Amino acid sequence: MLIHEFQAKNFLQGLGWRIPVAALAETAKEARRLATELGCPVMLKAQVLAGGRGQAGGVLRATTPEEAEKLAGRLLGSRLVTAQTGGQGLPVSRLLVEKAISLKKEYYCGLAVDRRNETLVAIASRQGGLNIEELSGARPELIKKIFFTPDEGLKQFQARQLAYFLELPENLIRDFVVRLKRLSEFFLQNDLKLLEINPLAWSQDDQLLAVDARMEFDDCSLARHPELAALRDESQENELEKRARKFGLNYLKMNGSIGCLVNGAGLAMATMDIIQHFGGQPANFLDIGGGVTEEAVSQAFELLLSDSQVVVALINIFGGIVRCDLVARGVLAAASRISLNRPVVVRLEGTNVAEGRRILEESGLPFIFAADFEQAARLAVELSRQTR
Amino acid sequence: MSILVGANSRILVQGLTGKEATFHAQRMLEYGTRLVAGVTPGKGGQVHLGLPVFNTVEEAVRAEEPEVSIIFVPPLAGAEAIMEAAQAGIKLIVCITEGIPLLDMLRAKSWTKRYGASLIGPNTPGLISPGKSKVGIMPGHIHRPGSVGLISRSGTLTYEAVNQLTTIGLGQSTAVGIGGDPVVGLKFVELLEMFRTDEQTRAVVLIGEIGGQAEEEAAGYLKASAYPKPVLAYVAGRTAPPGKRLGHAGAIIEGRQGSAGDKIDRLREAGVKIIDNPARIGLMTAEVLSAR
Repeated sequence: MLIHEFQAKNFLQGLGWRIPVAALAETAKEARRLATELGCPVMLKAQVLAGGRGQAGGVLRATTPEEAEKLAGRLLGSRLVTAQTGGQGLPVSRLLVEKAISLKKEYYCGLAVDRRNETLVAIASRQGGLNIEELSGARPELIKKIFFTPDEGLKQFQARQLAYFLELPENLIRDFVVRLKRLSEFFLQNDLKLLEINPLAWSQDDQLLAVDARMEFDDCSLARHPELAALRDESQENELEKRARKFGLNYLKMNGSIGCLVNGAGLAMATMDIIQHFGGQPANFLDIGGGVTEEAVSQAFELLLSDSQVVVALINIFGGIVRCDLVARGVLAAASRISLNRPVVVRLEGTNVAEGRRILEESGLPFIFAADFEQAARLAVELSRQTR
Repeated sequence: MSILVGANSRILVQGLTGKEATFHAQRMLEYGTRLVAGVTPGKGGQVHLGLPVFNTVEEAVRAEEPEVSIIFVPPLAGAEAIMEAAQAGIKLIVCITEGIPLLDMLRAKSWTKRYGASLIGPNTPGLISPGKSKVGIMPGHIHRPGSVGLISRSGTLTYEAVNQLTTIGLGQSTAVGIGGDPVVGLKFVELLEMFRTDEQTRAVVLIGEIGGQAEEEAAGYLKASAYPKPVLAYVAGRTAPPGKRLGHAGAIIEGRQGSAGDKIDRLREAGVKIIDNPARIGLMTAEVLSAR
């Protein structure tokens, strides 16, 4: 779970980090008032849960309160499309209005789970403001990584190694070390997966400032951090994906025309792959999971068909724990609520397959049965061509 | 033979009295798996499904000498269950639980290394040596004893692959689900090494997916090791968009790392036969075996 920049900065401030003076605005008038109070120039920063805001025009500079009002009016209520959001973009309902700072130098500082080495890593870069992954490809000599374990935690001397690597001025070294150590403790206590201060700025008045921050928490741990779970901003989630989550379904919208309903993440990915293999395009990833109920299947099927891009539906079930008859009943329940105006290809295999097939056949609805995985994919692709 | 578990493996079930564990323990018993005990704190002394229940793994180990443990506990208790089994001397721990927090798993994994235990999972359907022992939640009846070793990061896709193999007349020596989480125990490399010397196994099928480096590591290992048996691979997620998690916590392309295309290229370079069409896993394995 990602949180907003302003939320992440609140945490940083609580841990002793300095942040630029700023406040939230939900209307253009508020932005103007804040710009007057803070003193121009100010930065207007769209609060959306995706990176790449700067390049996408989501971070703007205003030199007068009038300009702040005008630019805020343009951003608020719009949808911001960045390299990470997909074509729909994300709604901008709040701006962080922040006093612009003049700085001497920008750095990067981050903490992350290193999946490859199965440990934690603290990362510092002498150049900030850029995507750290691209930078580590192009200029690895600017980056230093220090590994640490969750049990031992980050040591002071390790933080000091990073401080000296950054070539921070001597009077800022101690501050950085203390704050980074505290940050690593916060990371461990709150089950973060990623924490970035980017850029971390050395300002003209010789302060170390966290100018932008990103925090991602582990979804699996939210059950033990209810105060963090409450920070989730559902307005930043795709409507269909939100509906899916409510029913314990894993749904991801894609741009093709063949809607898929599958049990299991691997089989769902394989179903998308085989559709493409035969020249079609999947409309979505949808894994109904192992402990699925009839109600959730019916919601899943309805969800899939609510995507207007879908011209053919493909149901691919390999029953193990999930029973084919349960899936069949769920599909029929959905079909009784909505009109089945598009062809539905069905492939059932495994637990209670005969019963599942009988239920669908006796419904009298025009399901198209496939004998196996390949035939199901071929049929769906063929039908998607005919109906285009 | 087969790897990891055989007909005589003595199995403990952690969390035995829970609903899901009870359901799957029954299926395992029906399959012929030698379950010898269960552990549920607070229920020690009871008998469940005819098995003695203990309060701690240590007590269960002392009384019934299991070598393998299968874990069905809630996600926030998962890491502790793994640690408890490792410390009690269990040598193979199979963790079915899905949704264990990442930092918990980092701790649990280093704990298993310290005690010399092998971990399968978490977030796995488990493993099966057909006709001998089923330590997991997979439908047993689709499997047949035979000569194909299978290693997979997935659940139902593994059943699909097994079913294709069985349908075409190829049985399996052992089928192992290594789990769909970002941090799991044994991965392709360790299991390929076990299949290398397993006499029953004549070919190995890998089912990979986007995210992480396990397939790349397998490619590196195969390239360096002059592997004596044919290896085939299907990697799921060619159509997956970057930055989005596809069901499994570990199935995500992060930045430029972990795409299906990269993994496929690396495996192909290492001499692995790549399966492009996931409906032809059985067919292609049969072709490779009959060509030898």
